[in-house]
Amino acid sequence: MSVGLVILVVVAIATVGFFIGRARAVSSVAGDVRQLHSLPSYYGQTVFLFSAVPALLVTLAWLLLQPLYVENQVSGIILPGDIAEGSSLDLVMADVRRISSGLDTAVAAGVLDKNALTQLDASQTDVRALLGDVGVALASDVHPNVFAAAREYRATTATLKGAMAAVAVVLAVLGAVIAFARIHPEYRARNVSELAIKSLLILSSMVAILTTVGIIFSLLFETSNFFRMYPARDFFFNLTWNPQFTGGSDLGILPLLWGTLYVSFVALIFAVPIGLLVAIYLSEYASRKVRSIVKPAIEVLAGIPTIVYGLFALITIGPLLRDYFAQPLGLGASSSSVLTAGVVMGIMLIPFVSSLSDDVINAVPQAMRDGSYGLGATQSETVRQVILPAALPGIVGAILLAASRAIGETMIVVMGAGAAAKLSLNPFEAMTTITVKIVSQLTGDTEFASPETLVAFALGLSLFVVTLCLNVLALYIVRKYREEYE
Amino acid sequence: MTDVTSGANMAPKPKTSLLVQDARTKRRNAAEARFRTYGVVAITIAMLALVGLLSSILYNGSSAFRQTFITLDVYLDPAKLDKDGSGDIAKIAKVTTFGYAPLIKKSFEAEFEKSGIGVDGMKSKDAAKMISKEGPAELRRFVLAHPHMIGETVTFEFLASGRIDGYYKGRVTMKSAEIDKNVSPQQLQLADQLKAAGLLETKWNWGFLTRADASENRPEAAGLGVAILGSFYMMIVVLCLALPIGVATSIYLEEFAPRNWITDVIEVNISNLAAVPSIVFGILGLAIFINFAGLPQSAPIVGGLVLTLMTLPTIIIATRASLKAVPPSIRDAALGVGASKMQAVFHHVLPLAAPGILTGTIIGLAQALGETAPLLLIGMVAFVREFPGAPPEGFFDPAAALPVQVYNWTQRADPAFVERASGAIIVLLVFLLCMNAIAILLRRRFERRW
Amino acid sequence: MYDASNPGVTLEQTDIKIAANKVQVYYGETHAIKDVNIDIQEKTVTAFIGPSGCGKSTFLRCLNRMNDTIDICRVEGDIHLDGEDIYDKRVDPVQLRAKVGMVFQKPNPFPKSIYDNVAYGPRIHGLARNKGELDEIVEKALRRGAIWDEVKDRLDAPGTGLSGGQQQRLCIARAIATEPEVLLMDEPCSALDPIATAQVEELIDDLRARYSVVIVTHSMQQAARVSQKTAFFHLGNLVEYDDTANIFTNPRDERTESYITGRIG
Repeated sequence: MSVGLVILVVVAIATVGFFIGRARAVSSVAGDVRQLHSLPSYYGQTVFLFSAVPALLVTLAWLLLQPLYVENQVSGIILPGDIAEGSSLDLVMADVRRISSGLDTAVAAGVLDKNALTQLDASQTDVRALLGDVGVALASDVHPNVFAAAREYRATTATLKGAMAAVAVVLAVLGAVIAFARIHPEYRARNVSELAIKSLLILSSMVAILTTVGIIFSLLFETSNFFRMYPARDFFFNLTWNPQFTGGSDLGILPLLWGTLYVSFVALIFAVPIGLLVAIYLSEYASRKVRSIVKPAIEVLAGIPTIVYGLFALITIGPLLRDYFAQPLGLGASSSSVLTAGVVMGIMLIPFVSSLSDDVINAVPQAMRDGSYGLGATQSETVRQVILPAALPGIVGAILLAASRAIGETMIVVMGAGAAAKLSLNPFEAMTTITVKIVSQLTGDTEFASPETLVAFALGLSLFVVTLCLNVLALYIVRKYREEYE
Repeated sequence: MTDVTSGANMAPKPKTSLLVQDARTKRRNAAEARFRTYGVVAITIAMLALVGLLSSILYNGSSAFRQTFITLDVYLDPAKLDKDGSGDIAKIAKVTTFGYAPLIKKSFEAEFEKSGIGVDGMKSKDAAKMISKEGPAELRRFVLAHPHMIGETVTFEFLASGRIDGYYKGRVTMKSAEIDKNVSPQQLQLADQLKAAGLLETKWNWGFLTRADASENRPEAAGLGVAILGSFYMMIVVLCLALPIGVATSIYLEEFAPRNWITDVIEVNISNLAAVPSIVFGILGLAIFINFAGLPQSAPIVGGLVLTLMTLPTIIIATRASLKAVPPSIRDAALGVGASKMQAVFHHVLPLAAPGILTGTIIGLAQALGETAPLLLIGMVAFVREFPGAPPEGFFDPAAALPVQVYNWTQRADPAFVERASGAIIVLLVFLLCMNAIAILLRRRFERRW
Repeated sequence: MYDASNPGVTLEQTDIKIAANKVQVYYGETHAIKDVNIDIQEKTVTAFIGPSGCGKSTFLRCLNRMNDTIDICRVEGDIHLDGEDIYDKRVDPVQLRAKVGMVFQKPNPFPKSIYDNVAYGPRIHGLARNKGELDEIVEKALRRGAIWDEVKDRLDAPGTGLSGGQQQRLCIARAIATEPEVLLMDEPCSALDPIATAQVEELIDDLRARYSVVIVTHSMQQAARVSQKTAFFHLGNLVEYDDTANIFTNPRDERTESYITGRIG
């Protein structure tokens, strides 16, 4: 029984339980529903919840734990001698899983029948060719022990899946029966059902916490693996970034950090004045008509996905900067450069800066403006000497948020900044950033358990910590600022 | 209050007329005008950036929706396709794609003879190269689907190769063809003759929306079918998970949560999650969903889960705002007639907040649809030619996604892929536009002011 | 110097400072001020009284063109300051407002230091040639605002940290630092407690020596205490304008009488 089917059956049982439960509640008072403590459907709901929730939770937990259990069982079959030079148990287990699912396919396609499978001996039959026929490609011939493990894996998985289905269905029926037995006119069904719903609400709000925990856990776990293979001191202080397939790589974060900060700096230099001026003009000067055109246009800019900006950098801004600035000035011949990525990222940040600044500028009370105009100040004097100083904390918060966005931005730099890790000042040169390297190290062909791949997690952790600090600081400043005017 | 008199000894200000601006006022007004100009310049730059961005994409991408086709009469030679004449599909299937290439060559020869077109010194082998490498494969698929047609002559519309297509889109010229090993000036001359004879045509290309991706050297056959379907599957996952979880979280936080440190932690957490770089969610997806939970790479379910976690804060923030906008008097009224808190929320507050929630959800979905970086890390960047199956199993099949497909195409060498990538962006933007339009309509239609 | 028990019986001057003629004000479609004619005298405190929404504040804001900052507001008729039409195209509202200062209902010190609050006007209008002069101007304004003794030791402290009454006197000091000729006050005491109100009223009486003061007030007692002239507005019309003593003891219009005796308002 597939998982989907199990869920369907459980839900079906629960639904039936709902109707029976409601009917029982009604019949328990001989149709006079006024004598019930709660509305009849609440009695049905309790049956539904008692039946569905435990069964589904158990199914979910089972699904998460089953692979761990099975691998533990099966990995015993594989002897240390079966693991080829340069390979690892993890890789062999990946093969086991692959062969096992290949066998499933073969059985489903009718190439193998179940009896033939149990008789099959990997030392005699060419399993690789067999599986190749049904479209499962294997890198090498199958070792008998590996094949045995795969067969065992498949069998255990199938047994456990059956057991899971049985347990889920039994739980569903059991839950329904218990809830059903509890129905009587004084039973506070509404309170029970509401308590259950409230628990579901609380459970949902835990997802956000779990996400953060998941992020921190996964980053920390793999980063500590990385630091076991590569010294932390070198990671933080080495001035070169030069990953090698053969090992002996230099994995210093500094060149990447420099590229990240340089690109972000260019982007902010571009976006902050423009965004701020746009916000000021729109809130203090623009006529209603201008506002009604410019505001939606800026919102459009904000809604465009970053991949579009990336493409814009790649096919338009990059060649433009190279042909009209970098080459005539003799500063470089690369279309991807710090300036390309920075300018395009700046465009992306304009709406971000302007809408955040718009909020804080509008939060400055009208009384401040009146006070200034009443003294005979011009609009620009009012803006520069009263509104901006008053809104300054909020604007600083907005800039910090924009900086955090710039540092974490990926697609624009992947497509616009280049891939060479350099410590250079020339903005027309290609440089690379932390996010670019996270992508390239995790989408490359290197083995997962190598420092060259795991470094991505250390980079991710650094990125997460930096942006988190910026965000917390920015949110704190903005909140403080809001309180001042409320 | 005797201090006041001390001010009286100040020299009285000279009388000035309001009708004449003094020098200082003139200077101040000039500064005012300058400042205003800065504002106008800033807005102009922002608008120019938007226009530049959109027109660059449109300019580069609109041609992706048109494609050059060559129409040929192909004789499905039984001697090549079905040697023993048995009509047995299994035997016909043994003829590989290579076996079909000579048929195309033959039909060019026939065409040369029939209509007298042709370029001196050009062999039919070279002419056949004007057809996309996808051509023989398409022909084979056709024959396998209609084996009874063997022995007959069919009129078949082939995709022209990327270079021939590029010639009609201005990407390839006679000059560039001289130094290009993939196309020769003779081929271009022949193409012009075919066009004059009505056999070559550049027209609207549904294939761009329906075909799967194609390999590096056949850009003309690459389409967005798998990517659109993959993105659609992911959006379904996001909608089914993010909406209920987001609404439940918002209801709890807004209506039930006690004011204590746990609630504070959740709230701070959500606002921070909203600002976590998207790529970090990709790392999370790789570590938790793929490495730990063992879900398959490149699958829409994993993409959907990652995007769900990313979208949740957006939906929660929007939902809470619209729950807040429902005045407390509604809750009081419901509680006043004896409804439980839960009933008040589900019967009254939630329906009133629904339009705002939907608007927020659509905007969240639009964000998720355009997100690229996290999908790269969970393997969506892989080359996928097969369409994913029907749900629910299809959620676990490898698929592409629209924005990732764009990225994929930009990484390829053939310049024809730049056109494809820009075209894909247009498709993506059209989807986003539709979603935002729906959100705006919903807001206009149901917006309620209390 | 100060004698609250003897409000404005004798007028030292009868020069007309501001002359308004057939003033109409529209907010979009609403006709907010209808045909108002009034002459405001120099070195006099003039009080505008009337029920809420009668247009007294609107009219006050016409006198230094503060209504310009509201998009939908339109002013017709003419208002002359020293014989010059302030709605003339050549008039820069910035210059006008330097001559006609304003104090608002809610104290609105800028989120800057006390010193910078007062120095703001002189700075933008270029009234001081150097720091010393500016210090002098600030000190004088604060003295005249009757707040110098309370703040002289903490001029660098933020103006927002003062109490409500101090804030309002700071705002008055800020307004008089630019040496205006007319001072408009829009319910300057409505946000203050009685003690702070008394201090501000005392100050207003002092200011009369140098400025023409126009004050909008909700409180008839206040109008009686501080003003020499009183104008009664009702539904956008100027109903009655006379010496304060006359208005309160012998109103000519029955609407005025009803308002003063508390029947409308």
